[in-house]
Order: sequence, then structure tokens, then C-alpha cells
Amino acid sequence: MTEPAETPLLSARGLVRAFGALQVLRGIDLDVRAGEMLAVAGPNGAGKTTLLRILAGLMRPSRGQVRIRGEQLTRHDPAPRRAIGLLSHHTFLYDDLTPSENLRFTARLYHLPDPEAATRAALEEVGLSARADTPVRHLSRGLLQRAAIARALLHQPDILLLDEPFTGLDAPAADRFRALLSSQLDRGRALVLVSHHLAEAWELATHVAVLAGGHWALEGRRPDDLAAFHGRYAELVHG
Amino acid sequence: MAEFLRIAWVIAAKDIRLELRSRTALLSAIVFSALVLVVFNFARDPTAIAAVDLAPSVLWVTFAFGAVIALNRAFYVERENAALDGILLAPVPRSALYVGKLLANLAFVGVVEAVALPLFVLFFNVGIGHALGGILGVTALATLGFVAVGTIFSAMVVRTRFAELMLPVLLLPFMVPPLVGAVQVTAKLLAGRPLSEMMGWLRLLTLYDIGFVTLCILIFPAVVDE
Repeated sequence: MTEPAETPLLSARGLVRAFGALQVLRGIDLDVRAGEMLAVAGPNGAGKTTLLRILAGLMRPSRGQVRIRGEQLTRHDPAPRRAIGLLSHHTFLYDDLTPSENLRFTARLYHLPDPEAATRAALEEVGLSARADTPVRHLSRGLLQRAAIARALLHQPDILLLDEPFTGLDAPAADRFRALLSSQLDRGRALVLVSHHLAEAWELATHVAVLAGGHWALEGRRPDDLAAFHGRYAELVHG
Repeated sequence: MAEFLRIAWVIAAKDIRLELRSRTALLSAIVFSALVLVVFNFARDPTAIAAVDLAPSVLWVTFAFGAVIALNRAFYVERENAALDGILLAPVPRSALYVGKLLANLAFVGVVEAVALPLFVLFFNVGIGHALGGILGVTALATLGFVAVGTIFSAMVVRTRFAELMLPVLLLPFMVPPLVGAVQVTAKLLAGRPLSEMMGWLRLLTLYDIGFVTLCILIFPAVVDE
């Protein structure tokens, strides 16, 4: 993750985050360049979601900084946030609106030139066009996840932050999503994926890291052998 | 500035659409306001206090209670599925989010007041025709003040466990200055007093609005940031 090349799309230096006396992150550095995907694993409570929230600008680090294309992410300058798409545990969708209405609202927030066309394209991309006008509260978990993916990709962000993105997806939808992530990498996007099940996106990842005890217990290029990685992971996390 | 207002309107329009879809908060606030008026109407002794003396206080207590119910929903809708995070992710100024919420809340509270005012006239049999313009004006001034404060408190309490209880506890003390001013001006308007007698209260209401709207816009980004 720290190879000298072009400016990383996403970088972080010395990220520390404490909640009272509890220090969740203890100095995280990362660089993710165009076309790279960093897959982050770690036990429950390791701080993976906190890390993603800080990278997305939703949470301020106690110390350290996040840069988007070299530009520091601050709450005073909203412009760099345009480059970020976040797929979280939560869908960010309003239950009383339809996927179409939710996405149109998001498109207007991002000031996309044609909210209608962007909405149609995003729903088509995740295979949700047929349920575009069904209120979100009537969608199944899998369909909700597809709507959330459409929302995260709607503004074509250069950086995609994904928190357990395969949750709720059936096999065909998961395959479709993998193809979607692959196309994002081909387009030069930078991806950070957090998951307990790295096997779901192992082939796509260019780099892997294990977050434990608030710091990287392991980081580097993705090894070829997933089984060996699982063994190393168990050793690091469970001793 | 145009972009700021565009974003504020996008957020306000979304809130209005959501409320029109569910009608939960608006209907509750309207029914509650009507109930308050009914209770006051039957609880008062018309031989002891003239309706015109009691009317301004009753009107503003009704508006205030109705507003608190309407304001409770302001950020509650953003809590489901962490929708607020979705907005905070977007490249929009936090203060535009505040102004959008303020506009939507003004619309909701305005509707509650528009329904409560005729009911008030009906129950209390108070002629307001001669003072209607003035009453609408002072209603707009006072409502802007307490809705501005209510909107920011609504954002503050939404992440707490007892948001619905916390909002009135925090907001009611801040509602006292605009309510007192509005009651005084309304009483003088109903009594047909000259404008000069109300100027002090109108100045207070104007200063309250300018002060708190500005302050709320400035501090809102810190309120929603983690």
C-alpha cells in the first residue's frame, strides 16, 4: 500500500480515534491508488467501520488526516467529498420513498446534470429497475442492498468505501456485484472493502490488511493463497 | 449563494414529500392543537375572564405545543437507515442542510398554525378581522425564531435515546422570549392599540430571529459532525 507511484486517490496518515478512554485506532496509514482495491479484515470491534467512517469524512479522527487526491478532507470544504461513495451497514434510504425517489434526491444533492437519467442508469446497473417505484419499506434485504449499492455508485465516485457489501445478496446478485466492482477497478477507481468474508472479493483485491488492536497487524499485496492468508489471520487475531 | 439555496430547497422538498407521504407528524400536530383549543375553551369561565383577554395566551400556547410536535419529526426522519449520514456524505455545506430543514419545519408549523387559527376564532369567538394582517405578521416573526432554535435542538437530540422527551425540555425555555413577545403584540393587536405600543416587542422578536438564525447556521456543522 505504500509503493511510490502517482498520487494516491485516497491516503491517510496517523489516524487515531478514541472514544473516551477507548482507543479504537492507534495510528493507521494507508494509500490506495487508482485501480487498486484494499481489502480489510479484522475481528469484531477492531475499528473497521470506524476507519471507513473517518475515510468517508463522517467522523473526525482524534489525530491524523485523510487526503483525497492529495487534498485534505475537512468539514469546511465539501468539494472533496464528491469523490467518495460509501456503502455502509445502513442503506441511507428513506423507507417512505421509492428507490427512484431516493436516488433522484441523492442525484440532486450531488447536482448531477440529469438526475432522472442517472437514477435510471444506477437502478439498471444493479438490476432494480423493476422495483424502482416500490416504496423502500416493502423491499427485501437483498433488494435493499442493491438499492444502497445504486445509491453509493450514483455519482460515479472515484473512491468507493464498502462495509460488508455482500450482506443480503443472493448468489446471482453477488456475482453481478463482483462484476460491478471489477468494472469500477477497470475504470481506475480506488476501492476499500471491509469484510469478515474476504473470500467474496479475494480475486478483486490488490492489497489486503488486517486491522487488530487498533493498528495494521498485517498489510501488503494480496497473496495468491486465500487459505494461507486465513491461517495467518487466525494466528494474528486469535493467537 | 444560489447553489446553497438550491441544496436547501432540495432538502426541504424531500422533507415535505416524506411528510405528505406519511402525514404522521402533521396530522398529530393538528389534532393536538385542536385538542388544546377544545380543552381551553371548556376549561375557562367566560364570566370570570373575557375571551379577548385570555385569547392571545391560548393562541400562542396552542401554536407552541403544535410546533414542538411538528419539530420532533425534523431529524427523526433522518434517523431511519442513517439517512442523515447519506446527506453528510454529499458535497453540500452542512449549513445548507440546516436551512433546508428550517424551511421544511416552517412549512409544517405554518400549516399547523393555519389550521389552528380558524379553530381558535371559532372556539373563542374573537374577531380578528381588523388585526389579521398584524397577527399573520407577528406569527411569522415569532414562528421563525422558535422554529430556528427548535430545528437545531432537533438535530442535537436525534442521536440521544429519548429524543422526543429531550426536545421540549431543551426548547421550551428558548421559546419563552418569542412567545412572550408574540402574546404581547397579539393582545395589543386584538385590543386595537397603535403600532407604537408594540414596537419594543417587535424589535425583540426581530433581534431574536436575526440572532438565533445566524447563530444556528454557524453552529449547525459542529452539531452534526461526529
